[in-house]
Amino acid sequence: MTATATDIQMRLLIIEDDRESADYLVKAFREVGYVADLASDGEEGLALAEGGDYDVLVVDRMLPKRDGLSLIGALREKGNRTPVLILSALGQVDDRIKGLRSGGDDYLPKPYSFAELLARIEVLSRRRGGPAEDTTYRVGDLELDRLSHRVTRGKDELTLQPREFRLLEYLMKHAGQVVTRTMLLENVWDYHFDPQTNVIDVHISRLRSKIDKGFERPLLHTIRGAGYMIRDGIR
Amino acid sequence: MTAFGKLIRTTAFRLTLVYLFLFALFAASLLGYFAWNTRRLITEQITTTVNAETGEISDIFGRRGLRGLVVTIENRALRPGANLYLVTAPAGQAIAGNVGSLAPGVMATSGWSETAYRRLDEQDTADHHALVRVTELPSGFRLLIGRDLEERRRLFGIVAKAAQWSVLIVVVLGLGGGIFVARRVLRRIDAMTGTTQRIMAGDLSGRLPVGRSGDELDRLAENLNAMLERIEALMMGLKEVSDNIAHDLKTPLTRLRNRAEEALAKSGTEAEYRSALERTIEESDGLIRTFNALLMIARAESGQARGNMDDFDAAGVAQGIHELYEPLAEDSGMTLHVKTESTPLHGNRELISQALANLVENAIKYGKPVSAAQPLGADTVLNADQREIWIEARRAGDQVLLSVSDHGPGIPVADRKHAVERFVRLEASRTQPGSGLGLSLASAVATLHGGDLRFDDAHPGLIVTLAIPALSGASDGLAAQTHDVPQKAA
Repeated sequence: MTATATDIQMRLLIIEDDRESADYLVKAFREVGYVADLASDGEEGLALAEGGDYDVLVVDRMLPKRDGLSLIGALREKGNRTPVLILSALGQVDDRIKGLRSGGDDYLPKPYSFAELLARIEVLSRRRGGPAEDTTYRVGDLELDRLSHRVTRGKDELTLQPREFRLLEYLMKHAGQVVTRTMLLENVWDYHFDPQTNVIDVHISRLRSKIDKGFERPLLHTIRGAGYMIRDGIR
Repeated sequence: MTAFGKLIRTTAFRLTLVYLFLFALFAASLLGYFAWNTRRLITEQITTTVNAETGEISDIFGRRGLRGLVVTIENRALRPGANLYLVTAPAGQAIAGNVGSLAPGVMATSGWSETAYRRLDEQDTADHHALVRVTELPSGFRLLIGRDLEERRRLFGIVAKAAQWSVLIVVVLGLGGGIFVARRVLRRIDAMTGTTQRIMAGDLSGRLPVGRSGDELDRLAENLNAMLERIEALMMGLKEVSDNIAHDLKTPLTRLRNRAEEALAKSGTEAEYRSALERTIEESDGLIRTFNALLMIARAESGQARGNMDDFDAAGVAQGIHELYEPLAEDSGMTLHVKTESTPLHGNRELISQALANLVENAIKYGKPVSAAQPLGADTVLNADQREIWIEARRAGDQVLLSVSDHGPGIPVADRKHAVERFVRLEASRTQPGSGLGLSLASAVATLHGGDLRFDDAHPGLIVTLAIPALSGASDGLAAQTHDVPQKAA
């Protein structure tokens, strides 16, 4: 899997009542070097979330004793702002809206791929680390000015379409992190359906031809089975 | 519940009881009115006769004296059915007449009174009643003339008896009729209940019995039968759909399983295992997508997505989808264009976007001009126009039309109805990847918004249009932001 971008070990709390999927998650997260705790019902989850200092909470929506949304509501009421990713078998648009309204930061319908979950967790945890809202993003010799909408690579100024600019902006904001196709579709285009075609790949390849073509070091990488990542240097 | 209990609980029977009460009341008051009027009439008649006779006899007394009076009274008293007469001297003793005894004090007071009396010639001791008038004649003589009230009493008796009988008859006939009607209704209702119970037990082919009278029960039965017909059709449709789903999900599942089995059976290198696993993941992702699409269609069809609607401009949706798919179209050797005008509507933006995206994906996949499919060099003879796909958002009357047109082979008219069914993949599309759910979803989304999905010929090619009712009254507000500039692909 991808190397974690954080220097300090990431601490996760997984609140999931299905034993098997919970064990799978804990094991998979430990393999990528995270610390993952487990709670198997809503009450236990709430108690642990309040006590421990976690970077991200992964909350199943339907839990015994206290359901996921009410757990998040209780946490937020007490001023706990730990990022929450909701996992749910309810994957329709209105379910996700409800989930996000109740205080969740991201929503992933089941079944999901672990790569997708991992990518989203990394993006969420980065949020906590402080404002990524710099006016200029830099990756290698690629520079993006969010105010003037200027993009330069080395000495060359690149001309991007508005949507290409937003795509690059999102990738650079999460430089060094894997960004999945669904995340791009959600955050750059604001669509929550999954297209049957490789429509995002085409946009990426257009962007790639503008920022990497003719340069020695490619910056925009394809991560097999997961998505894309912009970073300086070869992995 | 006993049969009788059931009977008296019927609406028909209860109505009968109410009517029965009303009719009895009516009969009683009619007879009462009749009796009272008759009594008044008889009394009036007596009064008139007595008054006339009193005048006549006073006159005779005046002209012919006491002798004349006595002769006249005696004569009249002997007639059959005579009135009552009595003349008394100033001292009080009776002089003439047919009255033997009177209630005490009657003769002393002048004017009208009702009194008990006995005739002179009568043997029985029973009291009779009479209405009498006592008049004082000159020189202290008193004259009583009256009429027996037996007639009035008898009449009253007749009326009372008539009242009793009529009420009795009304009650008996009414109850009988009520029970008859109630049992008839009950029998038919029982028949219906029997049928519905059979239907509830699972026999959907059962139908309610319909009589020939065309009454309200028949009409009800006819309507219920029509409803059952519809339910049966829906159930059949549902069964068909679930059969299709089972079939179309089993196929990829089988493929998935076979591949895993094959990989397991052969001892391979790590790379081979890896690629087998990757294919497995791809295949299951496809399955998940199919499931999601099915759920979304079910959601749209059941109307649950209605909770998430707001007002927006379909032009924005068209431009968004154009922006998203334009590079993909170009990669496939097509050009995607968009043309919009202000088209405000109320709906679920996400679903409409997805429906339009499905139409565009279809156009990109299947909308290539027929000659393009021919090998080698065919491309060069093609007119560039024929590789165009147009997304259009416009308003026609009170509808918003979101259409996607291509110049591909189109869909034959006969297949068009068929095309929106779940998992239906028309001949031309079988070789291409896809779930066969794209048009089903688009159609379900149209239905959810109270519109429909239309297919037209583009000569050559296909125009698929999502027709959705426009937002009424909002057109003026949004008209200012009209974007009808055709946006050419960059």
